[in-house]
Amino acid sequence: MNAVVKKVAMDQQWIEVGTVSDIPKDGARVVKTPLGDIAVFRNRQDEIFALRDKCPHKGGPLSQGIIYGKTVACPLHNWNIALDTGIAVAPDEGCAASYPIRMEGEKVFLLLTPNEGCPNSQ
Amino acid sequence: MKRMKLVMVGNGMAGVRTLEELLKIAPDLYEITVFGAEPYANYNRILLSPVLAGEQTIKDIMLNDVDWYEKNGITLHLNKKITRIDRKNRTVHAEDGTSAEYDRLILATGSNPFMLPVPGNDLQGVISFRDIHDVDVMVDAATNYKHAVIIGGGLLGLEAANGLKMRGMDVAVVHNSDNLMERQLDPVASKMLQKNLEDKGMNFLVGKQTEQLIGKDGRVKAVRFKDGQEVPADLVVMAVGIRPNTTLAESAGIHCNRGIVVNDTMQTYDPRIYAIGECVSHRGIAYGLVAPLFEMAKVCANHLAEYGIGRYTGSVTSTKLKVTGIELFSAGDYMGSEGTENLLLSDPKGGLYKKLVLKDNRLVGAVLYGESEDGNWYFKLMREGTDVSALRNRLLFGETHLGDAGHGGQSKAAAMKDCDQVCDCNGVSKGDIVKAIVTKGLFTLDDVKLHTKAAASCGSCTGLCEQILSHTLGGEYSAPEAKPMCKCTDATHDQVRAAIRDQKLTSIPDVMNTLGWKREDGCPSCRPALNYYLISTWPKEAKDDYQSRYINERAHANIQKDGSYSVVPRLWGGSVSVDQLRAIADVAEKFNVPEMKITGGQRIDLFGVKKEELPDVWGFLADRGLVSGHAYGKALRTVKTCVGSDWCRFGVQDSTQMGIDLEEMTWGSWTPHKYKMAVSGCPRNCAEATIKDFGVVGIDSGWELHVGGNGGVKVRATDLLCRVTTREEVLEYAGAFMQIYREEARYLERTAPWVERVGLPYIKTRVVDDAEGRAAAYQRFLESQEIYKFDPWAERAKGVDQHEFTPLKVVTG
Repeated sequence: MNAVVKKVAMDQQWIEVGTVSDIPKDGARVVKTPLGDIAVFRNRQDEIFALRDKCPHKGGPLSQGIIYGKTVACPLHNWNIALDTGIAVAPDEGCAASYPIRMEGEKVFLLLTPNEGCPNSQ
Repeated sequence: MKRMKLVMVGNGMAGVRTLEELLKIAPDLYEITVFGAEPYANYNRILLSPVLAGEQTIKDIMLNDVDWYEKNGITLHLNKKITRIDRKNRTVHAEDGTSAEYDRLILATGSNPFMLPVPGNDLQGVISFRDIHDVDVMVDAATNYKHAVIIGGGLLGLEAANGLKMRGMDVAVVHNSDNLMERQLDPVASKMLQKNLEDKGMNFLVGKQTEQLIGKDGRVKAVRFKDGQEVPADLVVMAVGIRPNTTLAESAGIHCNRGIVVNDTMQTYDPRIYAIGECVSHRGIAYGLVAPLFEMAKVCANHLAEYGIGRYTGSVTSTKLKVTGIELFSAGDYMGSEGTENLLLSDPKGGLYKKLVLKDNRLVGAVLYGESEDGNWYFKLMREGTDVSALRNRLLFGETHLGDAGHGGQSKAAAMKDCDQVCDCNGVSKGDIVKAIVTKGLFTLDDVKLHTKAAASCGSCTGLCEQILSHTLGGEYSAPEAKPMCKCTDATHDQVRAAIRDQKLTSIPDVMNTLGWKREDGCPSCRPALNYYLISTWPKEAKDDYQSRYINERAHANIQKDGSYSVVPRLWGGSVSVDQLRAIADVAEKFNVPEMKITGGQRIDLFGVKKEELPDVWGFLADRGLVSGHAYGKALRTVKTCVGSDWCRFGVQDSTQMGIDLEEMTWGSWTPHKYKMAVSGCPRNCAEATIKDFGVVGIDSGWELHVGGNGGVKVRATDLLCRVTTREEVLEYAGAFMQIYREEARYLERTAPWVERVGLPYIKTRVVDDAEGRAAAYQRFLESQEIYKFDPWAERAKGVDQHEFTPLKVVTG
């Protein structure tokens, strides 16, 4: 375990952001980065997801939305965004960049380079 | 018992309606066979105009598809035209040799469009407007050709013209008299209509006699008139009238005279043969509108079922034009005759014209142009022969002008009697609809259409049907309820509330398990509702689930479009002290609040506060005695007041103190939707108490209490609940009303629609008449307040829900 953490630290990419219990069930917390806020979500099944904290619609902070299953509803205009892909649920169209998450036991690690395939990464 | 054989010739609206009526009352009496000349099952012919205009599709207007016949055990022969009736052997024979025996025969052969006997009327591109085939030809012509000429400026002709115009053709309407729709409109309304349609881009050639249709290579290319004028035409639609189709009946020797002659039970001169619809002549009249045909169908079915009651005695008809954007209604003796007088409202420039024709103080005719929503009401007065002498001075302004706006508490549908007709096309009364809604568990307009046929023909009573639906579903608690709460469940809001109360469910997972939620985590629509129902029903037992609250209630501030928050401290009853103003000024300065505004509820809103700063802002305010204003919640918001008797020379009561007392009693309470109050110190009502959820108006002898007002999207003035004398009474009534609203309204239902749904009489029964119930409700409110009356800001300033306001991590560099 220690070896893995060390490897991550050496990598300079995976960042430990906290533990699962730091995030409320059905809730989200924000990681502030120089490139903008990233919302880290925890659903009722204790799955962790990370999305750019900006709704593809009007930039609403997704971290403030209501979370259900693998979806978050944006607090501004109720767009629904899939937590695992960042893609808006039809009929809405758009995408919030998603970020890789790695779990080490209770610890949550985040990669600051978003997954590919989404234009809304900046 | 061997079933009798019933054969029907014709598969149109009137005939199939007869079968439907028959199956309702005597489903097993006959073995039924139907012959239709068209290749389609039964469709709604009067909605062909919207199909032509591209507003509906053929699929939308199917009334009975092939499955319906099968399901009801009816043998259906499509595309088979009956050419001979053998009355002696009681058989019918189709062109292709198919035959069928009958014990009873219904002739429902309809009518044929009349084609002007002018040279060229058989050219390609010359059609009528009668069936799906004609619509297909017109749609096709609109794609390939430019010029359409409609001959006939009646109802059907204008609808065809509108449809073709909408499909992009150049349209000219030829009419031989000077006034369009002269069988429904007087000259004034007719000219207004013509002007309107001209503005839509149609051309009119009125007072013109068609002489000849000129063709080229077999297809029409122009229309020539008797005065020598010629207009180009790639498509000519004849809409100059219909002729009852009596060919088959006549060939069988059945008496016809401009229609198959029937008696009041729809029997022809051969008692085994009935006739129905546009093909008949009843008391010398052949009807072409759908409502009378359906009345006939009812009577005919009744006799076929061997009930032998019910007679058809003729119909008063009314007309509405189905051209989008044109409001037109006409009924009865619209021109007036000897001994009649007219009431007129004429505003040609404003596009409004109303003419009511009276005879002996009774309405006998009406033409409405520009506004037609009162058509049904006039039509009803007309049919019932109501003496209108008491209403004469207001009659023209419509039904809504009869009552006191703002003191109704009842919708129009509620005021209707059960026997009042709602759907004039299908002869469906309010009672029929209500009964269907209740016994069959209907809850959508589509269901009502499906089950009662109301609003299923021309659709102009749709609004009224919706009103009845909502009134029926909403007013009676034991009735099958409105639609499911959301897609996660089949249970309605009221069912969920009942389950929470009766089975003492105290958590969201409890509710979801007990009621079989389809989605384990619920959704953003049901979770906030469930949380509210739980904490309002079981304030002591249920735990407030913040993750099921909308962000504003979770963060106790209003999220703004840029993700920042606004902060509104409570100013009790809208009064402020120097210290409070100074505290607000200081907090704004200290935290660089970019903008402040005075709100409509007599408070001060601080905009642009960052979420991380909220606890500090709140702590600063709390130290100076200011608490949350709950401007972000489905909760008690504000109590607005005027200055009242302390200063005002008109004030008769101390409205400011009353406002403070009310606010101190109710603040912190959660409600189904936001809840606003106001107190005015005299009837001048400067605090605008009559557009609040609960309004209090000081009068010399005490206080007037008002409920269910709203100043938002749809302004609604309050209903007067009652008058009381003392401060204690005001508090008790206010608390009881609010508690009953909290316990019984649906989540996100403001008091205005709630009061309209359950009716003011119900509210009065609970809050005014039932002293014991009122006291108990007041008590429940106060008990809930023991738990929920606290300042969420002060708590958070001290560290509650820290995670909500701090980043998980800050990554630098």
